[in-house]
Amino acid sequence: MKYTNIPKLLVAVLILSFGVVGCQPKPKSPTPIVGRTGNPIGTGEPSGIERGTPLAPDQNPRPVIGEQIPLGKRLNVEDYTPDPGRFAANTVYFDFDRATVKPGETGKIDEVVRYLQANPNQAVQIEGHCDERGTEQYNLSLGDRRALAVREYMVTAGIQAERVFTISYGEARPAVPGHNEAAWSKNRRGVFVLLTPK
Amino acid sequence: MKYQHSFRPLFILLASLAICLAPPSAQEQIDITHAGGSKRIPISLEGYTGEVLNVLTFDLEIQGFEVTGADKAQYLVSGSGNSDVTGHLTDRVSKTTLLSVKYTGGTLRSEAHTLSDAIVEKITGRSGIARTKIAFKVETGQNSEIYVADYDGHNAQQVTQDHTINRDPAWVPGRRVLYYTSYKAGNPDIYMHDLQSGTRRAFARYPGLNAGAAPSPDGRRVALVLSKGGSPDIYVCDADSGNLNQLTKTKEAESSPCWSPDGRTICFSSRHEGRSALFTVPAGGGPMRRLSTGGALNCTEPDWSPDGKQIVFTRLVGDFEICVVPAGGSAMTPLVAGEDPSWAPNSRTVIFTRRVKGKRVVSLLDVPTKQTKDIQQTSGSCSQPCWAK
Repeated sequence: MKYTNIPKLLVAVLILSFGVVGCQPKPKSPTPIVGRTGNPIGTGEPSGIERGTPLAPDQNPRPVIGEQIPLGKRLNVEDYTPDPGRFAANTVYFDFDRATVKPGETGKIDEVVRYLQANPNQAVQIEGHCDERGTEQYNLSLGDRRALAVREYMVTAGIQAERVFTISYGEARPAVPGHNEAAWSKNRRGVFVLLTPK
Repeated sequence: MKYQHSFRPLFILLASLAICLAPPSAQEQIDITHAGGSKRIPISLEGYTGEVLNVLTFDLEIQGFEVTGADKAQYLVSGSGNSDVTGHLTDRVSKTTLLSVKYTGGTLRSEAHTLSDAIVEKITGRSGIARTKIAFKVETGQNSEIYVADYDGHNAQQVTQDHTINRDPAWVPGRRVLYYTSYKAGNPDIYMHDLQSGTRRAFARYPGLNAGAAPSPDGRRVALVLSKGGSPDIYVCDADSGNLNQLTKTKEAESSPCWSPDGRTICFSSRHEGRSALFTVPAGGGPMRRLSTGGALNCTEPDWSPDGKQIVFTRLVGDFEICVVPAGGSAMTPLVAGEDPSWAPNSRTVIFTRRVKGKRVVSLLDVPTKQTKDIQQTSGSCSQPCWAK
């Protein structure tokens, strides 16, 4: 190719590229993703569920992940026989200072979900726990948030919200004593207690 | 920083004999500025022994004084504490007598506390804190109970005997009433406990977390943390539990609400922006606003000083550290290693928790001088101190 052709080539490229860009439709503003509750997700605005708006039963509300689900009735401990051992192997572990269920931990929750689906008269309480490296009031809220994160996962997977109770113990009930990461990593956890009606 | 010491007329409770020999002297100014914190006021104690000497030394040293020999002291206290406590306070420079008192009718401890309060008020113009009360949590094994005690940890009394987790004690200002969280019904619920009558009632028993109760300065409202909406959020209700109003609606965890002294604003900790930080929200509802802590990260457990000027809080930097920030937010000042601070009524002293070999102990901090002292510990792990105001 001779140098004299370069300006023409450049012009051609410019025209072509302008044509391509110019022919594209104007970008629209992003389409909001609407959840089953009819409210946008991730806008930070409270959804209908958060406000506790009653939903018609035929809507079969299923919250999407990331949505918080109001708590139902209080757990009446007299109504159930608790079994903390049944799901001892299903304890969910969390990262330091986090309340997000890690992808590697979801299989353990899925097992509990399948059990509850097969045993519709039983319920579960999730205990949220923390390691000792948070301040005490903070840890109580963090432990609660952890238990609620597991609950949200289970409800999303189809378990009725009223069958999943939560309680936070903060750092008051460590699984392992000790003041090192080996102990801490075992103490940042969500523990399942199976509840069988008396 | 300069502290002006004005000599006010003398008021002494419990004094059977109070002679004020001091004419109001010219205002005296002492430069107490130096790098590691304010310089302490040197004072000497003559004629006291045993418990009375210990009480006076503790009280004065945690309120900005340094107990020293008479040759180095600016103020001299002489007296006795054998049967009743007497005290004679003079200014070593001006040779004037500022106070001459004798107390009767109390224990030696209470009389010594009364004398130290009189000394502090006479010299600094501030009310002393030696006769104030605290509440705290004592953990033994898996359970914890609520205690109240003198501010120095003496005369501790067990408030609860529920053999469960009891925590987060908070005083109603000006009243012998505590709010706290108890798991006695199998769920963290908030109770209101009248220490005068020894009665209590369930205050908040919603599904999920009921915690962090903080009575407003006028005692008419209570800020609290509830997770009934699906996440731990800050709420406010009336002292009869009615009129519940949700102030925050975040997906993240909120904790530790406290009130501005005018009752208009609530400060709390939230992870709303990804890491724990301090926020404020109007007590009647409104937008939550980040409180600048000068780049300090992982901030929790704010407590607003009774004079409204400062907020003390805990930050996590490897270990926990007590820090203070102007109430409007800006650069924070780190103070000492520790957590969960609570202001004294004097807006100067702070009570906090520190960790020693896996246990927790409660300590006092004089913010301007950074002097710290452990209180008398109750057997067990002591934490969550709250100062009666």
